[in-house]
Amino acid sequence: MTESPYLPTPQFARWRKAKSSAVTGILVACALAVIAPLFLVIYFLLEKGFSSLDWNFFTQLPKPTGEVGGGMANAIVGSVVLLAMATVFGVPFGIFGGIYLAEYGSDRANNWIRFAADVLNGVPSIVWGMVVYLLLVVPFKGFSAYAGGVALGLMMVPLVMRTTEEVLILVPQSYREAALALGVARWKMIVVIVVRTALKGIATGVIIALARIAGETAPLLFTALGNTFWSHNLKEPISALPLQIFAYGLSPYDDWHRQAWAGALVLMALIIVLNVTVRVLSRDRSKTD
Amino acid sequence: MPAPGSRGPDIAFKWVAMFAAAMIVVLIVMVGWELYYGSRLAIAKFGAGFLWSSEWDPVLERFGALPFIFGTLVSSLIALLIAVPLGVATALFLTELAPLKMRQPIIIAIEMLAAVPSVIFGLWGIFVLIPWLRDSLFVWLKRFLGFLPLFQGPIYGLSMLAAGIIIAIMILPIVTSISREILRSVPNLQREAAYALGATRWEVLKIAVLSYARRGLFGAAVLGLGRALGETMAVTMVIGNRPQISASLFAPGYTLASVVANEFTEATTDLYQSALFEIGLVLFAVAILVNAAAQVMLKSMSGSGPVKVN
Repeated sequence: MTESPYLPTPQFARWRKAKSSAVTGILVACALAVIAPLFLVIYFLLEKGFSSLDWNFFTQLPKPTGEVGGGMANAIVGSVVLLAMATVFGVPFGIFGGIYLAEYGSDRANNWIRFAADVLNGVPSIVWGMVVYLLLVVPFKGFSAYAGGVALGLMMVPLVMRTTEEVLILVPQSYREAALALGVARWKMIVVIVVRTALKGIATGVIIALARIAGETAPLLFTALGNTFWSHNLKEPISALPLQIFAYGLSPYDDWHRQAWAGALVLMALIIVLNVTVRVLSRDRSKTD
Repeated sequence: MPAPGSRGPDIAFKWVAMFAAAMIVVLIVMVGWELYYGSRLAIAKFGAGFLWSSEWDPVLERFGALPFIFGTLVSSLIALLIAVPLGVATALFLTELAPLKMRQPIIIAIEMLAAVPSVIFGLWGIFVLIPWLRDSLFVWLKRFLGFLPLFQGPIYGLSMLAAGIIIAIMILPIVTSISREILRSVPNLQREAAYALGATRWEVLKIAVLSYARRGLFGAAVLGLGRALGETMAVTMVIGNRPQISASLFAPGYTLASVVANEFTEATTDLYQSALFEIGLVLFAVAILVNAAAQVMLKSMSGSGPVKVN
């Protein structure tokens, strides 16, 4: 023991206890300080955003610069379109990658792939925007919804891959053996037995990934770009809620600030719904297992 | 019996899966290559001096990354100084102190905090946090700690310190949850042994828990750093976006990620855009290194239970 000798005097015992209680108090205060920002953010979202949520907000296009009124209908639809495209581009890679890790890969290869996925998860999202700009915007000579969808989709790949692997590993080995013993081809065994059993878990992983990318702004700045009108074609720039919040939040107009708060409230609500869905789905799973 | 020729689909399926998994590794290489490709003009023109030059003048086409590297490091450092003690303390509270019924709600609240998008933090930062900082905390810091160069100079609100605080809030969830995992992996035997020696609660935490988990907690901090370096939107909205190196934390700054976010679509010349790609390359390289280091640290922690007697 490197500390000074613990003398068993009453004063010293009291001092030690007091110190311990003080630390307990500090820890409680820290925990409160950590969750306080969540409540502050939600409080101000409701206070500043709720009053601006009206029919116009959900049905109208943004008004020209400086004019009062208008809404974010195109941004809300744009966000949904981008998320759907990201799912189409990113999820198949994620799921097949997860299948490889759980069903085929050697330990050594798997370790490297997992490591790469975890590192890729930490790549700043703005970097994805730059890379997709070079890959899709420059060659096709224009910002497009496709580019935005691909940027978000790429961000989904490592997330979906890791969660898919985790749930596939939970499927009991005896299921696989039983299927193979009946003469089922391996790929059919994987699709019909393993993936089928873990389907709910895989879906949960996809929703977790969607919740994480739904609020991403940085990868869309130079891919989807944003648009103040409806996009009728996926080859055109498209608006998204986070982009619109960013643009309006930094604008000098009070009415746009008001709408930025309303947009932020809608975005936050969407993300909360996704998170609650994840909770409900995973609660069911832990019950049945 | 499988019909003859049914190996075909089997092999094809395996190859598709293998291709998807290999994509991950290919992606890392591809991102690095694309960024390098995009920045080759700037690399050829400025060489290594790019990293040391503090001049950023799009009009004269003279570009240096130092103000942005400085801004990224300082804002991330402020964030770590705030988030690591708070995060570890909260993790301690959650694993060691909190009544079982209280744990789940707090954990859910922290997960929700992690789910708040960067741009919403930015909006909140501009309209709620910054006015408060400008009128209260910064004034207070200036009055009581104004003798330090860190807290001198005019207060604008938009500042390096505001960015650091926003990043701290954003990395708190990940630092807390990884720290919690680490603390949960400390064997109960450790705690029981310390209690059996008559240690108070704080002494148990200090002697048995924290010293045991030190390495893992360091890994959690490094992972937090990795996230902090790349935070873009919220930082762009509150840091003030001025490429300068100033001793005062009240002064505006600029980071690697936010200069790209702000200026990329305005970069009219090839060299300007190329310089921004090089900024992205620097950011990517640092993020990869920091994240890889964090993964290695956390992995070495979670495997064996190193009981160190010193």
